[in-house]
Amino acid sequence: MSKEFMPKIISFLCKWCTYSGADLAGTNRMKYPPSILPLRVMCSSRVNPVFLIKSFLYGADGVLIGGCHPGDCHYQSGNYYTRRRFAILTTIFDSLGLESERLRLSWISAAEGTKFVRVSTEFTEKIKSMGENPAKKKIFL
Amino acid sequence: MDKVLKIDKSAEKGIVELLKYLLLNDRVSGVFTLRKTGNNGSFDYALITEPALLEDSIPLHPFMHVNAGKILSALPSMRKPVAAVIKPCELRSFVELVKRSQGALDDFLLISYTCGGSFPYKTTVKGQMDKLLPEFWEAVKSGLDSDSIRPTCRACEYFVPMNADLTISLVGEKDLDSKCAIFLHSGKSKSMVEGFEAEISKGELKLSRFDSLVKKRKEQKEKDFKEINIQDSGLDGMIDIFGKCIGCHGCSRICPICHCILCDFESCAYDYDTSMIENELLSRGGVRVPTDTILYQIGRLSHMSFSCTGCGLCTEVCPADIPVSTIFRKTGEEVAGLFDYLPGKDVNEEIPVTIFKEDELSELGND
Ligand code: SF4
Ligand code: SF4
Repeated sequence: MSKEFMPKIISFLCKWCTYSGADLAGTNRMKYPPSILPLRVMCSSRVNPVFLIKSFLYGADGVLIGGCHPGDCHYQSGNYYTRRRFAILTTIFDSLGLESERLRLSWISAAEGTKFVRVSTEFTEKIKSMGENPAKKKIFL
Repeated sequence: MDKVLKIDKSAEKGIVELLKYLLLNDRVSGVFTLRKTGNNGSFDYALITEPALLEDSIPLHPFMHVNAGKILSALPSMRKPVAAVIKPCELRSFVELVKRSQGALDDFLLISYTCGGSFPYKTTVKGQMDKLLPEFWEAVKSGLDSDSIRPTCRACEYFVPMNADLTISLVGEKDLDSKCAIFLHSGKSKSMVEGFEAEISKGELKLSRFDSLVKKRKEQKEKDFKEINIQDSGLDGMIDIFGKCIGCHGCSRICPICHCILCDFESCAYDYDTSMIENELLSRGGVRVPTDTILYQIGRLSHMSFSCTGCGLCTEVCPADIPVSTIFRKTGEEVAGLFDYLPGKDVNEEIPVTIFKEDELSELGND
């Protein structure tokens, strides 16, 4: 019997918004897929692009960054920097022919438990349709 | 309007003459230029304060063993500016470093020239340069590419300096051996040359005269990008290209933009301990050592590609013949393009990762 492929999605979630949103989903007994592996960061801008590159090369099927909506950053402007860095990194991925679709940025506030569930479900489905990250099987990286 | 100095000497003699004048008349504290080191064709950049030492200087020598932008950023501030003769890509690199608080434009009188390109390292190391120089200068005079220059230079459309105080006109100047034309762009340059004996008139370096060479260089660049074809070969392509990498990190050490004293990728944050190796072995059944070759390359791209000036030195130093600069330049152009950024163009334009606009990239993150 072949087991259904359940992706691993490393998720860097901002403490003030998306992580709290995920908490809210939990306290409301909403279900989100087990693919999501949450890591709490103090701000989405704490996420060094190298974290994403490393996650990808080490075989994460998807990488999610969750932060506050633009304008709502707890530290005023962290997420604006995150947005630029994310644009830069996906451009680098595209330029090298790597699958930038495995990287996702999403603004999810502390009140948006439902959105957290939707985004994580959607993203999981998308990654499932893409299949496993080919980097997982490469010895040379 | 700019002014032009016309000296009745060869271009090289003319500029050396001017440098001497600046030094003797205390207009500058020193001169930074390429200078012959020995009799075997070796040379180096030197900071000179003794005018007699300028005899051995070769400011227009078509060779770049290091990026002078990086060296200028390490020089001390002197009482007066230092006159520095550097190539256009070195100047752009210096501007990128200034933006990173690694130097100050005011410390220098920046002299550059319309650049015919540089020779590969190997040519000089093998002592073949003198033989090839006549052909090189003939090509420069007719505004064409010499057969001897580096492939990187043949694909460089930015051979006219940006941000120079003075530009020596070389490309397409038929009378290089007897005449020297130097354009003065800044107020600083105009006051510095005051009293220097030469014909001074109004004049501008017309960019249109370089149109055909720019076009040719751009075409060559697109061809090189296509040949590497990295975007179509994905991860396997990366592994093919960087499989030869020996992890010496020479490419970042020579890079003018990579100015950090301790490179992130050489810090202990990237040390691999036993448990990490064990983990890798458990999940993949094998691990390449040394580790993290591709992480280093993509990581470096994420740190600096938008500022890559395409100087080509990373390719020159790579012992494994990996076309590093073609890859960095290609990706760098795509990244910089996101923000209409041209590295080294405008010192007041901040590097893309230190600023943001509230109303940009609004399609990102909004699902
Ligand atoms: S110079 Fe070449 S071999 Fe050395 S680290 Fe860079 S790509 Fe690898
Ligand atoms: S990445 Fe290579 S080509 Fe670009 S600035 Fe650095 S050394 Fe020069």
